[in-house]
Amino acid sequence: MVDVRPAPIDLLVIGAGPAGARAALRAQSCGLEVLLVDENGDAGGQVWRPLPPGFKRAAGVPHSAEALQGDALRAELGRSGIQCLFGHKVWNVGSSLRTDLIGPEGVASWQPRALLVATGTTERVVPFAGWTLPGVIGLAAATILLKSQNMLPGRRTVVAGSGPLLLAVANGILKAGGEVTAVLDLASRGDWLQTLPSLASRPDLLWQGAQWQARLRRAGVPMLYRHGIASVEAGGKGFRVHAQQVDKTGMPVPGAASPIFEADAVAVGHGLVPGTDVTRLLRARHRYEASRGGWIADADPQGRTSVAGLYVAGDGAGIAGAAAAGIHGELAAVACAHDLGRLSAEAHTRERDRLLAQWHKPARFGRAMAGLMALREGTVASIASDTVVCRCEDVTRAEIDAAAREGARDMNQLKAWTRCGMGPCQGRTCGDVAAAVLAVHVGSREAVGCFTGRAPLRPVSLAEVAGNYTYADIPIPKAAPL
Amino acid sequence: MSVNLRASAPYDAIVIGGGVMGCSTALHLAQGGMRVALVDRGPLCREASGVNAGTLTLHMTRAALVPYAMRAWQMWMESEKWLGMGVLATHVPGLTLAFTEAECELVELRAKARREYGAPIEVISAARAREIEPGVHPGLLKAGYCDIDGFASAYLTGRAFRHALAAAGVDVIENTPVEGIDSGDAGHVVRFGGAAGREALQARRVVLAGGVWIENMLAWLGVQIPIKVLINQLIITERVRPLMRTVLSVANGLLSLKQFANGTVLIGGGWQGDGDRERGGVEARPQNLVGNMRLAAYAVPALAEARIARIWLGLEAETADAMPIIGDVPGVPQAYVVGSAHSGYTSGPFMGRIMAQHILGQQPELPLFDPARLLGMPMPGN
Repeated sequence: MVDVRPAPIDLLVIGAGPAGARAALRAQSCGLEVLLVDENGDAGGQVWRPLPPGFKRAAGVPHSAEALQGDALRAELGRSGIQCLFGHKVWNVGSSLRTDLIGPEGVASWQPRALLVATGTTERVVPFAGWTLPGVIGLAAATILLKSQNMLPGRRTVVAGSGPLLLAVANGILKAGGEVTAVLDLASRGDWLQTLPSLASRPDLLWQGAQWQARLRRAGVPMLYRHGIASVEAGGKGFRVHAQQVDKTGMPVPGAASPIFEADAVAVGHGLVPGTDVTRLLRARHRYEASRGGWIADADPQGRTSVAGLYVAGDGAGIAGAAAAGIHGELAAVACAHDLGRLSAEAHTRERDRLLAQWHKPARFGRAMAGLMALREGTVASIASDTVVCRCEDVTRAEIDAAAREGARDMNQLKAWTRCGMGPCQGRTCGDVAAAVLAVHVGSREAVGCFTGRAPLRPVSLAEVAGNYTYADIPIPKAAPL
Repeated sequence: MSVNLRASAPYDAIVIGGGVMGCSTALHLAQGGMRVALVDRGPLCREASGVNAGTLTLHMTRAALVPYAMRAWQMWMESEKWLGMGVLATHVPGLTLAFTEAECELVELRAKARREYGAPIEVISAARAREIEPGVHPGLLKAGYCDIDGFASAYLTGRAFRHALAAAGVDVIENTPVEGIDSGDAGHVVRFGGAAGREALQARRVVLAGGVWIENMLAWLGVQIPIKVLINQLIITERVRPLMRTVLSVANGLLSLKQFANGTVLIGGGWQGDGDRERGGVEARPQNLVGNMRLAAYAVPALAEARIARIWLGLEAETADAMPIIGDVPGVPQAYVVGSAHSGYTSGPFMGRIMAQHILGQQPELPLFDPARLLGMPMPGN
């Protein structure tokens, strides 16, 4: 990895979901030499998740629209001849944009002229008693099981949380032959109705939503609006899921009935958080926008960040949905092609304006969905004192509150005082919620900030980085003074 | 009303820089009866004092500083007593490993130099070293052994000192950058930038305790003493099964290795990353990560399986003669400076204590390190 690959790369794209893949294709068509990297075995990202290596879709089985779209994208990438490194993790990026990868053949570094980060999102789960029990999984995890492995989360699943993934997962479970015990939605019917004007711009998705609703009704699945999970208890062969009625902020309504559902799996998620690991590592400027998922890199409409040569696109740049993400990727690609001198100012302006016009409708829809998924302050306020917030390090809400009362004022201080965010996930799971808890004490999310970005972006073993060597191969610097 | 009166009266001392040495100085001054403010541009102990490897060792302390480090080691081990809150200070033996003949000579040399200053370091056989630390590489030839060794969790330092400083009545002023100091016969006026929205503070004495930024602080008083900035890389693993039970270093000092009670293993040793005084630590150098990881996984082969959770950088200060700068600021009455000790975290609490003893007019337990010697001394290039 010390030797940087000599192949001249104009643009390295991290993430081969809709944004990254479309960006790579577009950049190549502008004449850029592109390298597309993804830790998964193939392109598609979460929305068009590929099958595991060696798996094939069974012939004669009807495929979902998403599966077909993903297959089309993968075929297009294959035809393009773009250099793709799938099954490769990016574990470090230097300020020169040197990108350190690790793959089956070991470590390698590439030095592109520009870097596009299209790393999507991480699911947020607002903790409740029992959220760390095995069998309680995220909506995104349930999606992976269903899309990629054709597996059910359990025989009887409670689906809970907020946003369009609720309906998608509940339907996926029914379609795959499972049972949905209940759907608990923090939103009200009214919240959904308010998104109708933006949905009207996407009649296809409106139709899909209506079909999903109808299927759940036919199956007799209880749909509880303005409800969340109070707690999940393990018992017997499964779980007892205690539901609770909530107000519009997600705060439990005192005295309301609390129905109990028996299940052997729980799929729960409270929205998506843009993945900013790379842009934070590179110290790009960021801003907090709750309605777009939280902290995002401060970027222009084409994804140019505050760091020269560093671009962001797709949901990782602020949630706007998969359809918008592909166009956003193309916007970033033409910006990059222009900035690297491969696209004239005139051609760039023409392409940019055309793409922006295309982007508007799906982005409006996607942002309405993002609004439904935004963190609700009442759900954070109602996290019980003894509930674990940082599950890697077992840090409870009470410990975060205590640190705040003692004077911890920002996320890095909180991390040092409590170990919150120091575990294997490096705060990707807990960071957003922990910051929301601290912000209640300090005053604002801006004031508490976020964890400083650090390498490695994904855990790597010493063996992987160190490679094969003898003692004589270690470049030992001169001795410290006596 | 009493708050306003207090604010208008000059402090007996203002300490600028809230790392270990500044915190310890402020604490001991307050315990000595002075009215003290401690000012930092960030939160307490979030630079070197909170991000270093937490090694409490004599092996890597400069020989002449061993008596200081031994006293400080005791302070760390008893930190719950005098800070009211611990830093998970843990007493385990320390080994310095030699894998080549040249390193064996170096281990002997370094042990002898430190023994002369009172460090109980002996050189032991590879077989004996493996009894103490079974996980060590079979190619080991010899090792330096010292019972007085151990580690703390440096990230807890700020929280512990904050607790103690509050109990001692020190006014802790965090996240407030100092812009400059006006010094005159009446004492010192510490000015803050406009953004701080804070009135200047008056003090009879000022103590500069700003780590690598001491050079800039001395310039406020018109004194020029160069301070070199080292950008040390640190690497920590995920929690792994018990792999080791001592603090390990290598003969030339360029490795520190320990496993905390929670199972994480911290790899340090002063391999250099990129950064500077202005920007802080910017990024790790990949070739130095590889070197440091190779050395660690060579010393304890089972470490190869561990996954890296996080890599970060910490800034270390060094004077032209690589000895501390602790004493009177030359030519400026009632101004003091404390910092730049090698293995500064290990020795830090004691350095703050002797600084305070000097300011309080007492005889310091051990001699200070006169800053005047550094005036005009060229920084050796390397």
